[in-house]
Amino acid sequence: MNVIEVKKLTKTYNDSEVKVHAVQGIDLEIQEGEFTAIVGPSGCGKTTFLNMLGGLDQPTEGNIRIGDTMVHDLKPSELIDFRLHNIGFVFQAYNLIPVLTAKENVEFIMQLQGKSKEERDKRAISLLTEVGLGDRVDARPSRLSGGQQQRVAVARALASKPKFVLADEPTANLDSTSTETLLDIMEKLNREENITFIFSTHDARVVNKARRVIQLEDGKIIKDERKA
Amino acid sequence: MILSISWRNVWRSKTRSAVILFAIALGIFTGVFNYAFYNGMAIQRINSAISTEASHIQLHQKGYLEEPDEKKYIENATTLAVDIAAEDSVQATCSRFIVQGMIQSPTTSSGIKIMGINPEIESTVTNLHTKIKDGAYFEGIKRNPVVIGQKLADKLKLKIRSKVVITFADKEGYISGASFRVAGIYQTANNMYDQTNIFVRAEDLTSLYGVDASAGHEIAVLLNHSENVPAVLANLESKYSKYDVKEWRQIMPEVSMLESSLDISMYIFMIIILLALVFGIINTMLMAVLERTKELGMLMSIGMNKSRVFKMIMIETVFLSLIGGVVGIIMGAVVTIATANSGIDISMVSEGFGAMGYDSIVYPVLKIKNVIDVVIMVFITGMLAAIYPALKALKLKPAEAIRIDM
Repeated sequence: MNVIEVKKLTKTYNDSEVKVHAVQGIDLEIQEGEFTAIVGPSGCGKTTFLNMLGGLDQPTEGNIRIGDTMVHDLKPSELIDFRLHNIGFVFQAYNLIPVLTAKENVEFIMQLQGKSKEERDKRAISLLTEVGLGDRVDARPSRLSGGQQQRVAVARALASKPKFVLADEPTANLDSTSTETLLDIMEKLNREENITFIFSTHDARVVNKARRVIQLEDGKIIKDERKA
Repeated sequence: MILSISWRNVWRSKTRSAVILFAIALGIFTGVFNYAFYNGMAIQRINSAISTEASHIQLHQKGYLEEPDEKKYIENATTLAVDIAAEDSVQATCSRFIVQGMIQSPTTSSGIKIMGINPEIESTVTNLHTKIKDGAYFEGIKRNPVVIGQKLADKLKLKIRSKVVITFADKEGYISGASFRVAGIYQTANNMYDQTNIFVRAEDLTSLYGVDASAGHEIAVLLNHSENVPAVLANLESKYSKYDVKEWRQIMPEVSMLESSLDISMYIFMIIILLALVFGIINTMLMAVLERTKELGMLMSIGMNKSRVFKMIMIETVFLSLIGGVVGIIMGAVVTIATANSGIDISMVSEGFGAMGYDSIVYPVLKIKNVIDVVIMVFITGMLAAIYPALKALKLKPAEAIRIDM
């Protein structure tokens, strides 16, 4: 079953007098449970493409269907609500709320969804345990290593029970051990809970773990490979 | 959790928050204590005006207050005073025979208002007898005693038992007068009053003027509580409609104005302080928003809608303002309480204030109502100061904000 269907997706920036074609007519389908890496050199359009998939940026042309929803038909306020309930985000720089503990960071998105305190507590602790931080639930981000922060970010991304998780270069700031740990956790979540992950990455270790690799160049897909 | 995040965000940059909190606290303290100080001054002035000068209510012949013609006296004033004293809520009454005249000492003379009083009855209405600084209240001099103010005594170089000549126009318009001896020297907070009002026995004055001793120009009415003024005033107005019945606010409008203008002055002063503070708060919150561009971008990306972002910045700003405001109010209340009993000596500048009837020692008074008003004003200031930084936050585009290098 397709989670995402992208048709003729185009994004053109008007940079003063020069038009920059960041994404050019991409067609793509991503199925539930895929573990997909989007790769390509800097400036190839990975981030722009991911931003459009996440509803953070509007395409110039084309459309994106997530589940039954045509994303480009949504009003800005509806789009925010749609992201809250359907998309999990993992950012390169972790981007946790520094004044909240690990548990509160995971809980926060569920509170935005209006979940009960009991449900939030239970799920936050369960997710943090799943990413190996069951003993650090009350630690603030400043007391966690980069790898641990990124694992909290993964737990946060999953907290809202999204249709898929978008991760923009999630390992770019991590050392090799933390990268391995993080990838193992995400792979396990993908395998055991059928969670769909879409990464943009330069990291060969991520590419090696991915079961589908989409290569972009000049805003176009030049290679789409599924591993056995 | 938005409340919790906002609260914790206030303490995120401790130094920056401390600086703006100190500024807010100092500003509010200044406003609150300034108000307590002037409130104390005004209350003392009003109390002094009621207890020493005007009492709560006065009765005169119609038109006397506008044009104090000495022929406009009430013939049976002492009887009328006794009748009024029997009214509900009336604590005491007294009648006064008043003429304008001159007082002469061996060295100089001065224009004065001569108040003919019954000393015993007068002491139940006004506190003149408690203001005697030298000599005694109509004691020690058997014939024609006079009680004069300290300011006048200084001007005429008079002491206790000094002889003075008091002259005025009698009932027929001829110059009349007699020599009096100073029995007592009083001093109130009002220098002008002390310099222009002297007190003699009504019987001495009326006989010199040529009318019966029961005559009087003024009946002063002291009530058992200031709050009863409107009701008693209405009652006396209807019962004694042939006289002018006026309360102290009408008799001394300049003192009454203090009462009505004090709150307005305080609010204007506070608004000016808050207006100055609002720019500091906006600056602090703008810095907070700019520093957190990436975080705000993340929050909007993961699904925090604009109203929640706005609310978060708003609450944070209100917290910041209220903490500073409450600290300032506490500081103001503590200093007010600390000085409420001992008072603040302004004798260095009291000459000027004394001319306007103010005491040289001020006892600050802080009203709960005004504290509540200040809290509300600080709250509103916080809300207003939050608008611009919050709008700035809302203009952020999540996709761009999240990638900004901080």
